[in-house]
Amino acid sequence: MSVLELRDVVVDYERRGGGRVRAVAGASISVEAGRIAGLVGESGCGKSTLARAAVGLVPTASGSVVFDGRAVSPLGRRGRDRELARLQLVFQNPYSSLNPRRKVASQLADALSTLGLVPARKRDARVRELCELVGLPAGAAERFPHEFSGGQRQRIAIARTLAAEPSVIVLDEPLASLDASAQAQLANLLVSLSRELGLGLLLISHDLAIVRHIADAVSVMYLGLMVESGETHQLWELPLHPYSEALIKAIPRADGRGILPEALPGEVPDPGHPPQGCRFHPRCPYVFGRCRSEEPPLVGLAGDRFAACHLQPEGAEAALPGERAQLVARPDVE
Amino acid sequence: MAHEPRPSSGGRLRAAAETPTARARRVLGVGVSLLEVDELRVRLRGAGGLLTVVDGVGYRVDQGEVFGVAGESGSGKTMSMLALLGLLPEGAVVGGHVRFEDRELLGLSRSRLREISGRELAMVFQDPLTSLHPMLTIGRQLTEHVRRHLGLDRRAAERRALELLEQVRIPGGATALRAYPHQFSGGMRQRIAIAIALACRPKLLIADEPTTALDVTVQAGILRLLDRLRRENDLAVVLITHDLGVMSAIADRVSIFYAGRVVESGSCAEVLREPRHPYTRALLDALPHPEAAHDQPLVAIPGAPPNPGSIPSGCAFHPRCSFARERCRVEVPPLLVVQGRAFACPVDPLAAR
Repeated sequence: MSVLELRDVVVDYERRGGGRVRAVAGASISVEAGRIAGLVGESGCGKSTLARAAVGLVPTASGSVVFDGRAVSPLGRRGRDRELARLQLVFQNPYSSLNPRRKVASQLADALSTLGLVPARKRDARVRELCELVGLPAGAAERFPHEFSGGQRQRIAIARTLAAEPSVIVLDEPLASLDASAQAQLANLLVSLSRELGLGLLLISHDLAIVRHIADAVSVMYLGLMVESGETHQLWELPLHPYSEALIKAIPRADGRGILPEALPGEVPDPGHPPQGCRFHPRCPYVFGRCRSEEPPLVGLAGDRFAACHLQPEGAEAALPGERAQLVARPDVE
Repeated sequence: MAHEPRPSSGGRLRAAAETPTARARRVLGVGVSLLEVDELRVRLRGAGGLLTVVDGVGYRVDQGEVFGVAGESGSGKTMSMLALLGLLPEGAVVGGHVRFEDRELLGLSRSRLREISGRELAMVFQDPLTSLHPMLTIGRQLTEHVRRHLGLDRRAAERRALELLEQVRIPGGATALRAYPHQFSGGMRQRIAIAIALACRPKLLIADEPTTALDVTVQAGILRLLDRLRRENDLAVVLITHDLGVMSAIADRVSIFYAGRVVESGSCAEVLREPRHPYTRALLDALPHPEAAHDQPLVAIPGAPPNPGSIPSGCAFHPRCSFARERCRVEVPPLLVVQGRAFACPVDPLAAR
């Protein structure tokens, strides 16, 4: 059952000097208890904005964000529903999200006392428990953030969200800027937290390789829209959207075979002026007539797959976009 | 028409623009050494005195090859490169030998080193936003170099700048020259930084995590660019990266760094396919493997890399090593050369399995 549900979320930003940028142009994603939902895309695709909208840090222009049956409203002067504390966010950079002048214990205790979840006399014990839960070394609570490595700092940030006894944590690029080994440690921690505590995680990342390893479901976002979503292993084995395929092909593999990854031509266009028709069409290797004028909707295919591509008609059997491009005979002639 | 042809060609194009010497080298398997680093030692001034960050590192880079340097952050990869260029922080103490062609770089005067390092040796950094000047046009930054080092006049310098932009595939020509860094995307900025580095036709390009801040799709483009440039220009590239996938894509030979020492080196294909040092093995195991079953836990290396102030005795990797034996705690394992490969470990993980 989904605990966090985003439906057709639209987020606009005011542009300096007038004008508006639609950072998220109608995206849906749901997070279920005990499962990890991955959200991938290039920088500038709106994934971080969607993360912020998911926890109410930015207002939505339309669409709905529902957490545990309650609407998630943007942060305002009047504070917000206490129950929303069970929806937490971890930022990308643990160097700036932790207070450098205060010990880990006092930062964790803050969360506990603000929410009043644990009586004062039990707070120290709970702080130690939280540190243990995220695999920090003994005595970590009495140290300052700068005494930890990047990976450990990210653990502290996660421990702080766990203090609120959340049911969903949104993680915005938690693994970026970490070495492979630290990344692996943290990825394993996320999996065990989700499985053991029944947490729903929304994992935002530009690294499809790691998302593929730990996320149960994945959504691919391009220029403010979802272009594909489905079970992770299915999407990885048989990507339906040309953009998902390009993301997978671009991952360099450490197999010593000296194979250059495929580059995707062009750049992510300005979200203020998205291309006509399919937003991906100027970079798509399979583009044809319709793509330039008509925006493809996200439709369901066989096997609980979803894709927004003219090559993937509703209800069709899943097939690689390249195969489909050959199957769909002369799509220009309709 | 069913679909248009894909703009970027797939596969690795080798022969197209290779220079004759490069081809001879590839076919014959012999390299012409360009850079030789021997027993390089770098100590930095810290709160408690001098800290050793590079501890007796040696390697060789041949003309026209991509030499990969990999390791976790703090392993001394960047510091060992900054030492070559004389860019270490104030108070650093450097020892050993660095021979570039037939000149010893260590001990050269600052001005002499600057002459060489602007011209024959160039460097590209991780973040082009900090390495490019935000207030100067691309054209100014591209021409400044050639005017200073090659003594070209304004018009010749501008011609060279346009040529460079074309080489790194920045569209727009003269219009692009009048633009500022912020008007370009991250990938484009990195291409511009590479163009600036190539301005004086260097023989060696040191690229420090050139794709780390970029998306994978853009990263692939930069890797293809570096690969093409070295083929067309017989350029040697030292690629510093923490990403073994990136290294695997374009490096010919590699060295793996740990705690300021080289723990393994050899051809990229051999090192990545059959690692002989437990650290290399562990680094590879920590990666999400494309063919692994979903939900299979990643094999992380326990603990974290040591700080320069507290390098463990013996083999620096022993506290994190699953093959560690008693002697690993006391003896620093020497770098043994076996059949063109080198590794610093008495336990061979290939044999130990």
